[in-house]
Amino acid sequence: MDLAYTPEEEAFRARLRAWLRGALPTLPSRPDPLDWPARRAYDTTWQRMLYDAGYGEVHWDAPPTQRLIFLEETELAGAPYVGANFVGLLHAGPTIAAEGTQAQRERWLPPILRGDEVWCQGFSEPGAGSDLAALRTRAVRDGDTYVVTGSKIWTSHAEVADWCELLVRTDPQAPKHQGITWLALPMDTPGITVRPLRTLAGSDEFAEVFLDEVRVPVANRVGEENDGWRVTMVTLSFERGTAFVGEVVACRRVLADLARVAHKNGRWDDDALRRRLGRLNAEFRALWRLTQWNVSEAQATGGVPGTGGSVFKLRYSHARQELYDTAAEVLGPDALDLGREWTLDRLSSLSYTIAAGTSQIQQNIVAERILGLPRGR
Amino acid sequence: MDFRLNDDQRALRTGVRDLLARRFDREALRASVGSGALDRALWRELGAAGFFALRLPEEDGGVGLGLPEAVLLFEEAGRALLPGPLVATHLAAGSVPGAADGETVVTTADGPLVEWLAEADVAQGDVSGAVPVRSVDPLTPLHRLPHARGPARPPGAGALLTAAEQLGSAARTTDMAVAYAREREQFGRPIGAFQAVKQLCAGMLVRVEVARAAVYAAAVTEDPVDIAAAKLLADEAAVRGARDCLQVHGGMGFTWEADVHLHLKRAWLRAERWLPAARAEEIAAAALLETSVETSPGTS
Ligand SMILES: Cc1cc2nc3c(=O)[nH]c(=O)nc-3n(C[C@H](O)[C@H](O)[C@H](O)COP(=O)(O)OP(=O)(O)OC[C@H]3O[C@@H](n4cnc5c(N)ncnc54)[C@H](O)[C@@H]3O)c2cc1C
Repeated sequence: MDLAYTPEEEAFRARLRAWLRGALPTLPSRPDPLDWPARRAYDTTWQRMLYDAGYGEVHWDAPPTQRLIFLEETELAGAPYVGANFVGLLHAGPTIAAEGTQAQRERWLPPILRGDEVWCQGFSEPGAGSDLAALRTRAVRDGDTYVVTGSKIWTSHAEVADWCELLVRTDPQAPKHQGITWLALPMDTPGITVRPLRTLAGSDEFAEVFLDEVRVPVANRVGEENDGWRVTMVTLSFERGTAFVGEVVACRRVLADLARVAHKNGRWDDDALRRRLGRLNAEFRALWRLTQWNVSEAQATGGVPGTGGSVFKLRYSHARQELYDTAAEVLGPDALDLGREWTLDRLSSLSYTIAAGTSQIQQNIVAERILGLPRGR
Repeated sequence: MDFRLNDDQRALRTGVRDLLARRFDREALRASVGSGALDRALWRELGAAGFFALRLPEEDGGVGLGLPEAVLLFEEAGRALLPGPLVATHLAAGSVPGAADGETVVTTADGPLVEWLAEADVAQGDVSGAVPVRSVDPLTPLHRLPHARGPARPPGAGALLTAAEQLGSAARTTDMAVAYAREREQFGRPIGAFQAVKQLCAGMLVRVEVARAAVYAAAVTEDPVDIAAAKLLADEAAVRGARDCLQVHGGMGFTWEADVHLHLKRAWLRAERWLPAARAEEIAAAALLETSVETSPGTS
C-alpha cells in the first residue's frame, strides 16, 4: 500500500507542469460548446501541441501511473481533455495498434496522434444497443471492396469525423458474435448521410449515420473477416480504463466550488444539504483512491484495464449524477436557468449511466465476470 | 506508487485469516452467541500473534508495523465477526499494562455507549453510572452512559480500525450472498441466474471495493478527513451489504440460525461507534471549505 510516487514519476509530473504553464496560454480560447467544427479545431490543435511536446502518445504508450499523472495534471491545469479525439485516441487507435497490420498502423496512427484526423465510432444501431452483437448493417464482398448498407445511431462527432470505426455484418448465417467485421470507413465516401440528433441538453453531439451501398476497400478491414467482435472487445476494455481520471479531479473541484456557493447563499445552514455535500466529498475521495487502485493493478499486470473498470464506472456515473442533483439543490431556482454553469452539466450527467454500457449491463458484467454468477436473463 | 498490498502485507493477511479460521471457526462463533463471556484463551493467543502490539515499536516488545497492517488485521477480524473490545485494547497497547500481550482486556467509553464493560479489566474514560442495555448484537454486551460526553475526538485510529472491521464484514456478506445465489435453486435454476439477484450482488461488491480503496488510503495517509470518508463508506458497505445478503437468503436470512443477522447487528453497532455518520459527514463537509483548487487530489 504505497501511495507515494517514485522520483521518476514525480519528475514526469514536474516536467509536465512546467510545460503546461508555458503551453496553455498559447491555446486559443474555448469554443462555443454547440459549435462542433470549432470544437474539432480546438481539440485537434491541443492534440497537435501535445504531440509536438512529446505527449501525443501518452494514452497508448505511457505506463498507467504516468497516464494517471498526465490526466490529473492536465485537468488541474485547466487543459482540455481528448474531446473530438476521443474515439481516435481511446477506441480506434488502440484497436488498430493491437490488431492492425504494419501498413494499417502506419496509415492511421500518426494522423490520430498529430491531431490531423478525427474518428467516430459506428457501433450502435437502432436495433442493437446493449445487445451490440445484434447489429444488422450488411457488408457484401464485391471483389476488393465491401458494399455496406444499413444505419448507425448515437454516433458521437459523426459530423466532424474523417473516419468511422464501423462494425458490419459479413455473415448473416453465422451465430451473431461470429459474423461481424471491423472496417475503417472514410466519412467522405459517397452513400453516407449524417443526420444530427439533438440531445436533451440541446446540442447536436451525436448523429444518425445512414449507409447506402457505401463502398469500403477490403484493405480497410482490421482483423479477419467475421472476427470483428473479438477485435472490438480490445477497444471496449480501453474505454473503461483511465477514461474518467480527469473527470474525477474535475468533480472534486466542482464540489469544493459548490460548498463555497452554498456557504455564501445560506444553503450551507441546511443540515441535510451540508451533510449530503460531506458524503459526496467522501465519495469522490474514495473514487480517486479506487482509480489509484485500478491503475496500480494495471501497472502490475501489463496495462490493459480489466473488470475493475466496470466497478468504477458503475459507482462514478451514479456519483456524478448525485453531484449535479446536489448542485441543483444548492442553486435552488437558479438550477432551472440554462445560463447557470451547472445546469448543462446536470443535463449531460444523465448520459453517464447509459453511454459506454448502461449501468444495468455493467452490473451484469460485475455479477457474471467478477462474482461468477451464472449467465442468463 | 503501488497501492496494492506488498508481499509482507499479503502474508500477514493470510496468516491472520488462517489463525482465525483455526481458532474462531463457525462453531466457535455460534458457541459465543449469547454466552456473554469473552474467550480469554483466544484473547491471549491474539496477543501472542501480535494483534494488539502490532503498532508498538519493536524495542517496546511490539511488532513495529503501521496502520496499513493493522487495517488488514481488523478487516479479517470483521470478516470472522471476532467478538470483544478489539479496537480499544489495540489502542491501549503500550499505555495499559498487559493490553499488548492480551492479558488485559480494555474497553473505552465512546459516545454514549461502552461495550464489554462487565468483562473488561480496564475501562477507559468516565463510565460512572453506566447501565446495562439489552444489546441488539448478541455478540456485544453494551452499557449506556447517563452523562453527556466531553468534546468529540478528531477521527483517528479507532474510527479507522472500526471501518476496517466493517469492510471485512461487508466482504464476507458479499461472499455469503454470492455462494448462496449459486447454490440455491428456484424455478429450476440457481437464483443467481436471476438478474434482480445479480444486481443486488453486484451492488454489494461495488460498495466493498469503494470502501476498501477509502479504508486502505486512509491507513496510508492517516488524514482525519480520509478517515471520516473511510468510516462513512465502510459503514454503508457493511450495513447495506448485510441487508442485501439477508434478502438474497430469503426466509433463511430471517432466521437466528443463519449468520447474516450477526453481521447486520454488529454492523449497526459499529456504525454507531467511534465516528457515527452524522459526525463523519460534518467533518467531510467542513473540509470542502478548506480545499484549495491547486491541491493535487493524489497528494492531499
Ligand atoms: C451520449 C452518448 C454518446 C454515445 N456515443 C456513441 C458512439 O459514439 N457510438 C456508438 O456506437 N454508440 C454510442 N452511444 C450509444 C450507447 O452505447 C448506447 O446508448 C448504449 O449501449 C445503450 O443502448 P440503447 O441506447 O440501445 O439502449 P437499450 O439497449 O435499448 O437499453 C434500454 C434499457 O434497457 C436496459 N437493458 C438492455 N438490455 C438489458 C439487459 N440484458 N439486462 C438488463 N437491462 C437491460 C438498459 O440498461 C436500458 O436501461 C452513445 C450513447 C450516448 C448516451
